[in-house]
Amino acid sequence: MSEEAAALQELTEQKYKYGFVSDIESEFAPKGLNEDVIRFISAKKNEPEWMLDYRLSAYKRWLTMEEPTWAKLHYPKIDFQDAFYYSAPKSKTDGPHTLEDVDPEMLRIYEKLGIPLHEQEVLAGVEQRRVAVDAVFDSVSVVTTFKEELSKVGVIFCPISEAVHAHPELVKKYLGSVVPDTDNFYATLNAAVFSEGSFVYIPPGVRCPMELSTYFRINAANSGQFERTLIIADAGAYVSYLEGCTAPQRDENQLHAAVVELVVLDDAEIKYSTVQNWFPGDENGKGGIYNFVTKRADCRGKNSKVSWTQVETGSAITWKYPSCILRGENSVGEFYSIAIANNYQQADTGTKMIHLGKNTSSRIISKGISAGKAQNTYRGLVSINARADGARNFTQCDSLLIGDQCGAHTVPYIQSKNPKAILEHEATTSKISDDQLFYCLSRGIPTEEAVSLIVNGFCREVLQQLPMEFAVEAQKLVGLSLEGSVG
Amino acid sequence: MLEIKDLHVNVFGKEILKGLNLKVPPGEVHAIMGPNGAGKSTTSYTLAGRAGYEVTKGEIDFFGEDVTGLAPEERAARGIFLAFQYPLEIPGVSTMNFLKTAMNSQAKIRGEKELNAAEFLRAVRAAAKELNISEDMLKRPLNVGFSGGEKKRNETLQMALLKPKLAILDEMDSGLDIDALKLVAEGVNKLRSPDRSFLVITHYQRLLDYIVPDVIHILAGGKIVMSGDKSLAVQLEQNGYDAVIAKAA
Repeated sequence: MSEEAAALQELTEQKYKYGFVSDIESEFAPKGLNEDVIRFISAKKNEPEWMLDYRLSAYKRWLTMEEPTWAKLHYPKIDFQDAFYYSAPKSKTDGPHTLEDVDPEMLRIYEKLGIPLHEQEVLAGVEQRRVAVDAVFDSVSVVTTFKEELSKVGVIFCPISEAVHAHPELVKKYLGSVVPDTDNFYATLNAAVFSEGSFVYIPPGVRCPMELSTYFRINAANSGQFERTLIIADAGAYVSYLEGCTAPQRDENQLHAAVVELVVLDDAEIKYSTVQNWFPGDENGKGGIYNFVTKRADCRGKNSKVSWTQVETGSAITWKYPSCILRGENSVGEFYSIAIANNYQQADTGTKMIHLGKNTSSRIISKGISAGKAQNTYRGLVSINARADGARNFTQCDSLLIGDQCGAHTVPYIQSKNPKAILEHEATTSKISDDQLFYCLSRGIPTEEAVSLIVNGFCREVLQQLPMEFAVEAQKLVGLSLEGSVG
Repeated sequence: MLEIKDLHVNVFGKEILKGLNLKVPPGEVHAIMGPNGAGKSTTSYTLAGRAGYEVTKGEIDFFGEDVTGLAPEERAARGIFLAFQYPLEIPGVSTMNFLKTAMNSQAKIRGEKELNAAEFLRAVRAAAKELNISEDMLKRPLNVGFSGGEKKRNETLQMALLKPKLAILDEMDSGLDIDALKLVAEGVNKLRSPDRSFLVITHYQRLLDYIVPDVIHILAGGKIVMSGDKSLAVQLEQNGYDAVIAKAA
């Protein structure tokens, strides 16, 4: 504790460097946030004027906003002038040279997750050998092959900073159209300072020929602090996108605020899966990422569909509500969530289903697992507009408690302005009982595996929604996240 | 094979078993009968190694090894199986998946090769067929929504696949009507073999009409007060526990 206090003191005593002149050549912006930092980020990305204006206007707006405090989360007040907002990716040569240089604890987890060796190297940031020992393991060529296959059908998939230059008409049209830069404190902050993220455009009638996960895992293991993702499925298009990674990810930056926008036009569908495993802090609650995420899908078209699936196991603080605006007639929104909080983790997560169009339907399946001294809250809104005739929602919120020092909370908001809407809400809270555990033990299943088995059973409906290749890893992750929670 | 020597067990600080002695040779079926509160369930939980059942004195020898200090999963891997009076439900986990996890966990503890998917499937299907258990039941979540009879048959299936050397049946007949009881007993009888012993723990004599024991022990006040052949059960049925125990004392 005293170490922490000393560190805090040191930080608060540090003088802010207002009015510095940005140096384009430098690799990171100084601590703190002001217009110069934003100009610096924009200049680093060589952005056009309109993009800079977008950022600056968001920044001005942000200055007038206050941090939301309604979530059931407790953490020391964040000093936003005490964070870094831009740092270039670390030079590869600074990284570990072989897997032997990597933290053995990380390697143990990779192995338990069954991640292939070559991917372990990428994930751990091992410097890539110039000459690939095994051609099959040359991830660069794999990525190139993917890119060719995608461009054949007209799918655009690139970093958002690249899209700003290559596809300004699409970016201008859609960026901020789902999550406006005035939306909320963290989204507005993101609009001002985002530096990484993905851009996806699926042209009309195209079914994306691959899960965009495969590519992502190999190519973008180094995802960032203020990510900005924009995915557009044009009429009749389909894409399945997977973000994140089962492998534990560490980041020097404690503050994360990502924004994801999905635009779904007539008859189109986006399936968006997330596995979030940022560093959760140690077993004493020290460290860990603060993750404030705004994810929203706009089902603009008729018969459009969005399905959010999330497995949230990491971060010290999770504040995240992937939502659907069901604007188009017959549009469908789905939210499948597993949120695991162990030790001192706190999660406040859920969804918003905003029914605007006729015959829109939504389905919410949330599984919250709390262990240790963790607090886990489901917070969700189902809102039915007066004109949304025939709207339907089904919500199921299940909580599982492990031990007697954790908490599970369910806060559903249901607002219906249409008398004909049909809404169903089911909620359960259960515990892993000693009897259940002993039953497994008596069959020869050791405690940790027994917990993993029981919890995976509890989450089954959600795990089934994940892309096949990932479901297996996610299952293992569920068990791993709860290591040491019993006995 | 199983030899319990002067076993004293505390549960929540209270002594329940007070010097239990018992020997079960390979291939034999022994029944433990006794009135409520005699320590029947404590005996089965202690043998399986449940936490909270504290052995204060004595030992449990299993094939010459003192297993008193071993964890439940270690005992299971050595061949001790407990069929529960009230089998637990595990939502979302199919019977199939549970069985596979259990078999592979035991193999791992014993340092044996785990079964691959095909070998496992073959084994389960064969055992299920033998015990008249439907494919559908194997796919359903473990014991969830199962009838009393289905739960007990599922215990029998687990026994068939885990191939224990000692099977402890704790009040196998509770919650079963006579037809279900016959079916379960039939399953158990199929699993009798010269290298497998059974310890049948029951309050009522009726189970022993279907699973016929070689020896019957009467447990009262935390120890065995009387042992005899199957006619002992008939005596109990006719005269009640009190009279028989009084005679023994």
